[in-house]
Amino acid sequence: MDKTMIKKADGTYKSHVPTSRIVGRVILYVLLISGCAIMLLPFIWMISASLKAEADVFTYPIQWIPSNPHWKNYALIWERVLLLTGFKNSALLTICTMVLQITTSSLAAYSFAKLEFKGRSLLFLAYVTTIAIPWQVYMVPQYVMMSGWGLTDSLLGIIIMHAFTAFGVFMMRQFYMGIPNELLEAARIDGLSEYGIWARIMIPLSKPAVATLAITSFVFEWNDFMGPRIYLSSQDKMTLQLVLRLFNTQYSSNYAQMMAAATVALIPVFILFIFLQKYFVQGVATSGLKG
Amino acid sequence: MTQGLQSQRKPGSKLHIKRTLIAYSFIAPNFIGYMVLTFVPIILSFVYSTMEWNLGVEKTFVGIGNFRYMFSVDLDFWKVVWNTFYYTIGTVPVCLILSLLLAILMNQGLRGKVFFRSVFFFPYVASLVAVAVVWMALFNPDKGPVNELLRSLGMKNPPRWAGSAEWAMPTVIGLTIWKQAGYYMVVYLAALQGVPMELYEAARMDGANAFQRFTHVTWPMVTPTTFFVSMMLIIGTFKSYDIMYVTTQGGPGTATKVLAYHIYNNAFVSMKFGYASALSVFLFFVVLIITLIQFRGEKRFTSYL
Repeated sequence: MDKTMIKKADGTYKSHVPTSRIVGRVILYVLLISGCAIMLLPFIWMISASLKAEADVFTYPIQWIPSNPHWKNYALIWERVLLLTGFKNSALLTICTMVLQITTSSLAAYSFAKLEFKGRSLLFLAYVTTIAIPWQVYMVPQYVMMSGWGLTDSLLGIIIMHAFTAFGVFMMRQFYMGIPNELLEAARIDGLSEYGIWARIMIPLSKPAVATLAITSFVFEWNDFMGPRIYLSSQDKMTLQLVLRLFNTQYSSNYAQMMAAATVALIPVFILFIFLQKYFVQGVATSGLKG
Repeated sequence: MTQGLQSQRKPGSKLHIKRTLIAYSFIAPNFIGYMVLTFVPIILSFVYSTMEWNLGVEKTFVGIGNFRYMFSVDLDFWKVVWNTFYYTIGTVPVCLILSLLLAILMNQGLRGKVFFRSVFFFPYVASLVAVAVVWMALFNPDKGPVNELLRSLGMKNPPRWAGSAEWAMPTVIGLTIWKQAGYYMVVYLAALQGVPMELYEAARMDGANAFQRFTHVTWPMVTPTTFFVSMMLIIGTFKSYDIMYVTTQGGPGTATKVLAYHIYNNAFVSMKFGYASALSVFLFFVVLIITLIQFRGEKRFTSYL
């Protein structure tokens, strides 16, 4: 594309292009790399500090690669707080919420996108009008309600609280709208029930949307702090984020170990992010284009 | 084809009723859950806001009493509202400009785009509790690397960051921007990829330089996205309090106590459910106004394009 442009321009312009383009590219890379440094240095510092003796954490100039790595920090943190329990609880919470969100959202989305029935637009309107209302507006009555049902200080309470999402319905519906009706009609003629169509046609066809919703709900649930903070009080029910926070308040002068705990807590998301980053990005792009 | 189907479904026919029931059965699980756990509590927020309801005391109806208390007695309220505005004004424009700038840089057909995108996006998916403790260590006023660097550059008294009433909010704002810029960059990137290349080529033919191409092509084309992003950011800043909770605990004093934090404290620390609900209703109206502005703006910008 650029080459044809240069051909069309006059001679002097043509001779100017290469140098200015190279300078432009260099500036571009310098800007991007310094941006990257700002984003990454806190993480690099965290890992580096997690491998130091406490006395060396804040020595200046910063020693980025510890000369004598203290791997012991990583062993000690598991003994000091219930880190493993935190991992287990967070995993359970995240997986259950994810499965429930995907199932209930895609069921509802199929109906909203492909079935015609009385009151469809009215019901959908109920979602549209409330989707933008933040949790902070209704967290108090919700808590009162849940504690009335004995669902506070229980993982089940949080799972139920997060299982039914309007965002999921929106996202899946948008995807289902793009699936041609002819496909469904053909399946109906072949004698497939609506449930069969959902299970055998819609779900397999909507793998990218399912993956995107799964990632979105994973990131939210795994990192959620205030929900568990408000609902959970027993030590054995704490999620990873609560355990991490507890560590930071109980051992607040122990920076090396705090950094080790933070590193350990970040690893699962980091690994998933590396492998599935396409879906992470897609989730944002679709939520952005919705508006 | 759809018309043919329409005529098959006569209202009241057995088939029609069956189809409707099937459709409802698909919606029911999500809808019932959503109604009970979201819709009902929203309504209850309004109901509770008219009650005085503290721990261990029977609820009593007080009408607008909570709101009168909020606006004229609660000394923290106006401070908290001011802090929320400060947080919003400090975060939104910088985050917006930065994310657009990053998206434009990324959209130049560079090598390593996926790598850069991942790096900028990662802070967004990283756990807030984890990054907050790192951030607080880096900005530790006495021994943190940031202040060591400032001292080595000759600054005698570098800011005390989260430890001082003056700098606590800027520190929280900095963390917010660092964590979220990558998210909005991806939103912008999606919008930029929708701008037809022909427009840039035409502008180039007309002799527009990079800056002119930005002001005459890029900026007008991404205006709807800018509008959307700013609304998301504004609502996001109005509702956040977890970031203050894990960094400054609202302090020092009330320097970083924001509206949502005030709701949390009243509800779950002081156990004043009625008053906390009244504060929630206030937050509801703030978000409602922002959303209405968004709807109006969207209409204008889409017709403009």
